[in-house]
Amino acid sequence: MADAPKLFKVTIDNITIEVEAGTSILQAARKIGGDVAPPAMCYYTRLKGSGGKCRTCLVEVAAGSTADPRPMPKLVASCRTNVMDGMIVKNITSEKVIDARNGVVEFLLINHPLDCPICDQAGECDLQNLSYEHGKEGTRYEFPRRTFEKHDLGPYIQLHMTRCIMCFRCVYTADQLTEKRVHGILDRGDHAEIATYIQKSLDHDFIGNVIDVCPVGALTDKTFRFKNRVWFLKPLDAHRQCSNPKCSGKVTLWNRGEEVFRVTARKDQWGEVEDWICNECRFEKKKTSDWTIEGPTMINRHSVIAQGHYVGVQKPQEVLYDVLDGRKPRLFMDIHSVSQVNEPGRDLSKIEGPAHSTDFIENNK
Amino acid sequence: MQALTNKAKVVERKPMTVWERLYLPAIAQGMSITFGHIFKKRPTINYPEKQRPFSPVFRGLHVLNRDEEGRERCTACGLCAVACPAEAITMEAAERLPGEEKLYREEKYAAKYEINMLRCIFCGLCEEACPKDAIYLSETFAPSNYTRKGFIYGKDELLIPDPKTQPEEYAKARGNK
Repeated sequence: MADAPKLFKVTIDNITIEVEAGTSILQAARKIGGDVAPPAMCYYTRLKGSGGKCRTCLVEVAAGSTADPRPMPKLVASCRTNVMDGMIVKNITSEKVIDARNGVVEFLLINHPLDCPICDQAGECDLQNLSYEHGKEGTRYEFPRRTFEKHDLGPYIQLHMTRCIMCFRCVYTADQLTEKRVHGILDRGDHAEIATYIQKSLDHDFIGNVIDVCPVGALTDKTFRFKNRVWFLKPLDAHRQCSNPKCSGKVTLWNRGEEVFRVTARKDQWGEVEDWICNECRFEKKKTSDWTIEGPTMINRHSVIAQGHYVGVQKPQEVLYDVLDGRKPRLFMDIHSVSQVNEPGRDLSKIEGPAHSTDFIENNK
Repeated sequence: MQALTNKAKVVERKPMTVWERLYLPAIAQGMSITFGHIFKKRPTINYPEKQRPFSPVFRGLHVLNRDEEGRERCTACGLCAVACPAEAITMEAAERLPGEEKLYREEKYAAKYEINMLRCIFCGLCEEACPKDAIYLSETFAPSNYTRKGFIYGKDELLIPDPKTQPEEYAKARGNK
């Protein structure tokens, strides 16, 4: 009597699906996909033990199971609640859930500085998407917001504690990918912050992944800092043979022309990393020639990153010389003779860390 | 063929009458119209000595704004550039160094900011997109120029004068907005 895995029938927003026992409601909803899947800020499939902190994935359980069809008294966090046979879950069909999610977004934004115009994460930020889709326009919070000084965590990672929403993802990443975690949460309650003991720097081959798992702009890539906005870059799938056996070498390159501005791990449709990559791939291989390019990354067309319309673009042929029988036009303006932006001699992607006023003065003619 | 509108007029090709062929009465009639215009209100003005008031919704030359303390408002967020249908705006961002707090409002600023006035269509979408109230379209024209090179406007052309050191120029550049 071979044990076929027992399948549970669960109904989410009137859509019934069969999933294995032990699946969380969030995972079952993601199998259905689309709007039914609750948003998640702290849960991360590839990080064991994550979830249950941010409360954005709250759903209403209208019937617990076939055996016990009573509804659950309160909204439950779908990332930490497993399905039961005959469970009926309401996500977007429940007004209670939508109202609760509005409240959660308001709470998450209480101390968030909303400095999206400055933040490098803007355009690919989970909190930005969440507040855009589920949040209210205004806030009722009238008190001064919690602020921190920005920290350098080693040469590559910048920590902006003000933007942090305490999802613990980076802590789990450091725990599970590196042997020794040197950063964590200090203090409790309102004072809690991500920090290292006495400004230690994070250096481990895989610590760069905390940048990718961070749902907000609290942990950002210092080699990319302020260099460009994500929606002006062209994401390309690429890979290389990495010497590190644990590193997959499969990445997304963020190019502008031939310049590689940033390297990140590939993300799936839920914004979660598919394969971890090492620091060498992420921070040191900033040349197109280092990589085998597979093709443009698929970007959701509702994303601002798709604004660039890079896929399938064909550069129009230069017809001027044909029209002029091979003569050169007498008045031809080379834009670089006037423009000071994108000067041929100055590659922002090659500067270590963010550009400063000093970087521009020495290049000025 | 049926005409689309009834505005078409058939040209008369009748031979002229004696009165018309006399020539002088027609001259007198024409001159009377000309002299009559001397006493009418003139529709033109002597630009640039005199200038007409702009409509409050007029969209003219761009200005990069400063705040009350004279710090640049622009943080190089790139929203104007992504909103620009003509792709006229380009910029390069830089991080504010310690000691530059009086120059720039936020920790990031536009080290280079350029508008290609040859491409710009003065639609005002950059002004609408700006989250920092940093760029707006003023009530002036882009002045004419002999070369195309003169139409690439950098920060030195676009930035409004400092309200602390040059309050008069600032007020003039700011206009009624």
